[in-house]
Amino acid sequence: MKKILIALLFAPLMAFAAGGSVHLDKWPGSVSDKPALQNGAKLFVNYCLNCHGASYLRYNKLTELGLTEQQIKDNLMFTAEKIGEPMRIAARAGEQKQWFGAAPPDLTVIARARGSADGSGADWLYTYLRQFYRDETRPTGWNNVIFENVGMPHILWELQGEQVLNKDRKLELAVPGKLPPKEYDQAVSDLVGFMVWMGEPMQEQRKQLGWIVLAFLAVLFVFAYKLKKEYWKDIK
Amino acid sequence: MANTNFEKYKSDGSLQGNVLEWVDARFPLTASIKGHLTEYYAPKNFNFWYFFGSLALLVLVIQIVTGIFLVMHYKPDASLNADGVPVAFASVEYIMRDVPWGWMIRYMHSTGASAFFIVVYLHMFRGLMYGSYRKPRELTWLFGVGIFLCLMGEAFFGYLLPWGQMSFWGAQVIVNLFSAIPFVGEPLSIWLRGDFVIGDATLNRFFSFHVIAFPLVIIGLIAAHILALHETGSNNPDGVEIKAKKDDKGIPLDGIPFHPYYTVKDIVGVVVFLMVFSAIMFFSPEGGGYFLERPNFYPADPLKTPPHIAPVWYFTPFYSILRAVVWPIFGIDAKFWGVVAMGASVVIFAFLPWLDRSPVKSIRYRGPIYKAFLTLFVISFFILGYLGTQSPSYWGEKISQLCSLIYFGFFLLMPWYSKVDKYRPAPDRVTK
Repeated sequence: MKKILIALLFAPLMAFAAGGSVHLDKWPGSVSDKPALQNGAKLFVNYCLNCHGASYLRYNKLTELGLTEQQIKDNLMFTAEKIGEPMRIAARAGEQKQWFGAAPPDLTVIARARGSADGSGADWLYTYLRQFYRDETRPTGWNNVIFENVGMPHILWELQGEQVLNKDRKLELAVPGKLPPKEYDQAVSDLVGFMVWMGEPMQEQRKQLGWIVLAFLAVLFVFAYKLKKEYWKDIK
Repeated sequence: MANTNFEKYKSDGSLQGNVLEWVDARFPLTASIKGHLTEYYAPKNFNFWYFFGSLALLVLVIQIVTGIFLVMHYKPDASLNADGVPVAFASVEYIMRDVPWGWMIRYMHSTGASAFFIVVYLHMFRGLMYGSYRKPRELTWLFGVGIFLCLMGEAFFGYLLPWGQMSFWGAQVIVNLFSAIPFVGEPLSIWLRGDFVIGDATLNRFFSFHVIAFPLVIIGLIAAHILALHETGSNNPDGVEIKAKKDDKGIPLDGIPFHPYYTVKDIVGVVVFLMVFSAIMFFSPEGGGYFLERPNFYPADPLKTPPHIAPVWYFTPFYSILRAVVWPIFGIDAKFWGVVAMGASVVIFAFLPWLDRSPVKSIRYRGPIYKAFLTLFVISFFILGYLGTQSPSYWGEKISQLCSLIYFGFFLLMPWYSKVDKYRPAPDRVTK
């Protein structure tokens, strides 16, 4: 009887859950892969940070990826004087608005914002950055399969090459880039990994602490339960 | 249980005893501890459903303590910083990244908001099952409804503070509802916002309401809720009055002192609750996009309306009722009647003590009609809640209209069905 009730309770929800959705490729990376995150940081600084800020993240936070402050200063820090400064863009937000019509969004928490019922924010970014194609009707000459009429040009085109949409509306590589497709996917995966990490740099620490807290509570539960039993043994 | 009837403490000559006697001569310390804890007799048959009152109190403490620390670093400022990000939004990320343990404090607070509603909904459902609102506990119930109303306000004001897209547009939608009121609506909504759109003035007044006005009122109402409860004594799963049968010392036969019995029992409840709370907070603080909505990771942008504006999950049943009303009546906009229906769906809880005509309190002794209505009510509540998270659709609207009818039917038909239902006689004493 109870099972039927529960089934009834959720039946209408099932009918609604099947809605229109976009197919996203699963991000294959991991946020605990330090070398991949370092590579992602390098790509981010070289390609994204020209227009997009990551203004809630300070350069010295990158030491948590296993880099030394000197390495950060020498290789990654192009837009700041001091290691404690946030990862700002070279251009000012107001100027960008004049150039692009809208200021490119800050990317620090983009991986958290892009999540949806279709997949995680990482899945969205991993798909998005691999699905640019040539479209001469657009002012930038670029369009994107999952972000139609996107304002951003394909900033990684040197690496990926130029894709076009064929007659079946499938992507085809028309002009090869510096990286073969597999290596390009790997590079994008690393870049997405960095953005996932940047969205919440303490996420690994959070989960580790979670296990410790749960273990403590499990022990506390045993004592609390025994204490309750001891007090209540006379209550009939 | 008036707490002035207890004897004042007489010192045994020790320093501790002298201090206690000194205090007791000036303040009802011993009397309060006895009246509310060690000699407050609670029914011995409380079950699982009776954990949620003390848990609500625990969550309140979590929210207040974490809130105190958040206010130290949060800035209610809608202006843009040098990077073009609103200061309020950036200050939340500052807490998440640069304040030591700030991320934990913030997640405790954001998870605590949802936990508060989960615990309070279960606490209210307990009241519905066991007739806790019935005479003589009507005032306890009314204070409770007041707490629930204030809690909704508190959550609504707090949700604006991170100044993300959902914060901004959610507040925009809700405040705009007031503009549907004939004649005074438009000036009223401007007065509430302090501006023509949600802006810095709105953010600052919501901050003020969230951190001082509403917490003060909530704490006052909780004190009244507990004092009223301790005056009548607690109800129990059998819905029998334990004070009707007392021993020769005047102690209820089915009563046990709240302390130590229920304090040690509630500690078990607290630990289990904290395990669930920690599991969410440490492993899934976004709650699958329900506890922290994903679009709220975009800073508020007054020029960009999100494609789908959904309130946080705990408001969605009421939001669905609002959207279910689509007909203009007496030439007044449907939106206005939606607001009326939404308001009524919350306030109607206050009338329960006078809508229920059944001779027994507890569901254990009620007949099939009440059980059927309560089941339908709960199912409707869940469906309304789910639909409120979704974009409007044809079938969504029809189903939410049906569920709204059931929702109100549960209350408005109660004087009839609670009278004609079959009952089993309630026992004189509590059962196991």
